[in-house]
Formats: sequence, structure tokens, C-alpha cells
Amino acid sequence: MSHGHSPKEKVIYVGDSRVKKRVNPLLQPDYSAFPGKSEAFIPNFLLKEWMVGCVALVAFLVLTISEPAPLGYPADPNNTGFIPIPDWYFLFLYQFLKYPYASGSYVVFGTVLIPGIAFGALMLAPFLDTGKERRFYRRPIASSMMIVSLIAVVFLTKTAWNEYQHELKELNIIPEHIEREEKAREAAMEGKPTGQPKPNQEIALVDKDDPAMELMKKAGCLSCHGTDLKGGVGPSLRGLGDSLSQDDILKVLHEGPMKAQYEQALAAGVTEDEITSIAAWLAKQKSSTE
Amino acid sequence: MFKTVYNWIDERLDITPMWRDVADHEVPEHVNPAHHFSAFVYCFGGLTFFITVIQILSGMFLTMYYVPDIINAYYSVEYLQTKVAFGQIVRGMHHWGASLVIVMMFLHTLRVFFTGSYKAPREMNWVVGMLIFFIMLGLGFTGYLLPWDNKAYFATKVGMEIADTVPYIGPYVKELLQGGEIVGAQTLTRFFAIHVFFLPAALLAMLGAHFIMIRRQGISGPL
Repeated sequence: MSHGHSPKEKVIYVGDSRVKKRVNPLLQPDYSAFPGKSEAFIPNFLLKEWMVGCVALVAFLVLTISEPAPLGYPADPNNTGFIPIPDWYFLFLYQFLKYPYASGSYVVFGTVLIPGIAFGALMLAPFLDTGKERRFYRRPIASSMMIVSLIAVVFLTKTAWNEYQHELKELNIIPEHIEREEKAREAAMEGKPTGQPKPNQEIALVDKDDPAMELMKKAGCLSCHGTDLKGGVGPSLRGLGDSLSQDDILKVLHEGPMKAQYEQALAAGVTEDEITSIAAWLAKQKSSTE
Repeated sequence: MFKTVYNWIDERLDITPMWRDVADHEVPEHVNPAHHFSAFVYCFGGLTFFITVIQILSGMFLTMYYVPDIINAYYSVEYLQTKVAFGQIVRGMHHWGASLVIVMMFLHTLRVFFTGSYKAPREMNWVVGMLIFFIMLGLGFTGYLLPWDNKAYFATKVGMEIADTVPYIGPYVKELLQGGEIVGAQTLTRFFAIHVFFLPAALLAMLGAHFIMIRRQGISGPL
């Protein structure tokens, strides 16, 4: 214990690695130097500031509720007709790269040089603009460069957006997130599933232990539709209830394409009641149970 | 009771200076909108932080449902958006918050620029602030891919083509981000990791530095 310690301190340090107190303390800003009414951050200022937070939060939630986040269709790399569009805050860069002097063989100019100089200058602004003057109208060079850049960014963003809208109109494309939402709404009105069909998705059987499964075996259905109903020679019957009702299924059997098989089943000793119960069970086979 | 516990801890760890550093300071009149309405321009920094906190919280809830693989990513987002209670609100907050945080940060940057607040001795805080800006843009870029719909996929593909044009390092950067020759399964998991772990960690470190510096130096004086 090389350092002595004050008897009032509870913690005894073996050696003292604590940072030594500065001899010349760092000058803290003293707000009494500012004229006017300073107030304590906690609680005085915070008790007013939270109202700004509330107003911002309410506005934010109103936006969130009135405009659901967009979602298009699942990514398909083979889709050749899709017009790529970045998020709005990248549009100005995206538009800049469309100009002939910033694309093709000059693309380095557009992707590295100009953005590099612009963002580099912005980042190093305090070392480029070293004067003592703080008011923007007394710093004409810095301020005018910033204002010109702002105008350029706004102009490029707006041009990019207008061109995108024009392109959509010309090719008669509805953006996917709007199309998906409308189709989902239509499907919901008709009581159909609103989601995108998932490729190779395993659809679970509903009421797997229902006697209908045994009856279908007896009626010979499973020899074509598969013992697990995932299909074989005939199509899969899983999720059949999404598109057909019990009456629809009976119609397919009685007078539709499955009439011959239906008659074979009757010949094999399956009763009409049993066929009806099979149809009722198949109508319950929905891909999603909501 | 509370006071006894506090004193017990304070006696051992001397925690009073820690919260005093954060809480015990004065707000000068020229930044206080209660005195001068035009001082609302000084709110943008705080609002940026407020929305960043919302982004972190809503993002944490999104990862409870999101599955970062190319087969399930889209369907997990669709499920979250259409089936999960309040899922639409949480995803909406994260989606719109991403734009709002850019807007607020932009306004905050302009306020600092036009009031000349980045001048000595606050140069370092400006540089750190710009780094935060770039991190936020990175978060926006990587987050855009995660829903894995066509818009996300093709925007990222264009982004990769742009990265590819950078002389010398471009192709390497592209391959590092993509995790291969194409935008695919590896890209999605990489962007997920970058969006959820790498960039937020960098962001929190930079925000910490930003706040420590502003507390050390105080807010810039009136013009």
C-alpha cells in the first residue's frame, strides 16, 4: 500500500490507478456568462421539453397508422421489368449517376470524385472554415457553398422522382407495394387468403385424425392423390378448401372431371353419405387457419 | 428506503458524479423555445436522438419475428405486417422512423452549420456528427434489403454495381458486402448482421462520444 488514504474513504485502493485531478482544470462553460434566463436541465427544462417530444411522437404515430409500411412481392432475380428505385435520401446520388458526365467511362467522376469531395468538404468543414465569425451571413463562402449544394440535392431528388413517376406512367406499371395492398384488400373482401403463396410450402392437414382419411383410402382416392394427400398422379389435395367449398367438391365428383372415379368408388361399396363427409373434410383443408 | 439503497451504493461506488454529469447542467436562454420560439431549431438534435431510440426499440421487436434467410425473410415480414398484433404499427414506426431520423439529422446538421457551432473548440464533435450521419445512411442502405421484396433486391443490386465502379477497391468491397458473386442468400445474412450488430454498435459508440463532447464543451453561445 504505497499511497496513504483518507480514513473517511470506505474503499481502500492498493496502489492508486485513479486519474489524478488536473492541476489546470478544463474550462467548463459557465452559463452565468450568457445573458438572460438560464434554467436547470432537470427538472425545469425537461418538464417543458417533453411536450415537444409528445407532439413529435403523436405526429409520427398518425403517419404510421395512416400510411402502413410498403411491402411489394417476394424478390425474384429473374424479374426483368422491375424499375429499381433506392430510398428517397439516396435519390440525389442515383440521379447524378444518370448524367453522361458522371456515367459510362466517367463513372468514377460520379461515384467517387464528386461525392468524395462534397462529403469530404462537409466532414472537414471546421478545418476549412476556420474564421472566428459564426453568423452565416458573415461567412459568404461557406454559406453559399452549402446553399448551392442544398439546391442541387433538392433539384436532383425531385428530378429523380419525376423521372421515376414518368417511367411508371409510360410503362403503365403500378408500384408493387400498391398493387399488393389492393389485391390483398380484394382477396380479403372475398374471404380468400391475402398472403403471397409460398413456393414449396408444406400445407398442414386439418383434422388429420378424421375418419374421412380412412374413407378416402377405401374410395381409392389416395392411390392418385397420394397417401399423404400431397399428390401423385393426381394433384395435391392439401389446402383444397382455400378454393373450393363442400358443394364445389361434390359437384366435381358428381358431374365434374372426377365423375368416373366417383362411380368407381360407389361400385367399391362407398356410400353417398361417406362421400359427403369426405367432401366436408376436404373443404376444411385450408392453408392457413385464421 | 430508496434513499437508503442509494446511499449504500453511493458510499461504495461514488455514483453521484455520474448522474450529475448527465443531469445537472443549465440550459441557456438562447436555445430554449420557451423563451424564444425561433429556438425550436435547437430541438432537432434531441428529436434525432428520440427517433433513434424509437428505431432501436422497434427494431428489437422486429427481430422477434424477422427471419434473415431468402426463403423466409419476405414471408416473415408479411406475417408480421398482416397477422401479428400491432405488427403493422411496429414495422411502420421502423420504416417511417428511418426516413424521419434522416430528416431530423439533416435539419440538425443545417442548424449547426448555419449557426457556425462547429467552429473551435467543437471541430471534433462535428466530425463525429458526420460519422453518425454516414452510419445512419449505412443503416438505411442495409435495412432497405431486409424485407427481401423486389424493390429491396433491385435497389441493392444497383448499389452493388455502384460500389463496383470504385477504382481498385470497388470489386473487393462489393464482394465483401455481397458475400459472393451475386446478391443472394449471403448478402441478406450479411446485411442483417451489419444492420443489427455492426452499425448499431458503431452508432452507440459515436453517440456516446457526441454526448460526452457536448457535455464537456457545453452548447455554443448565442450568436
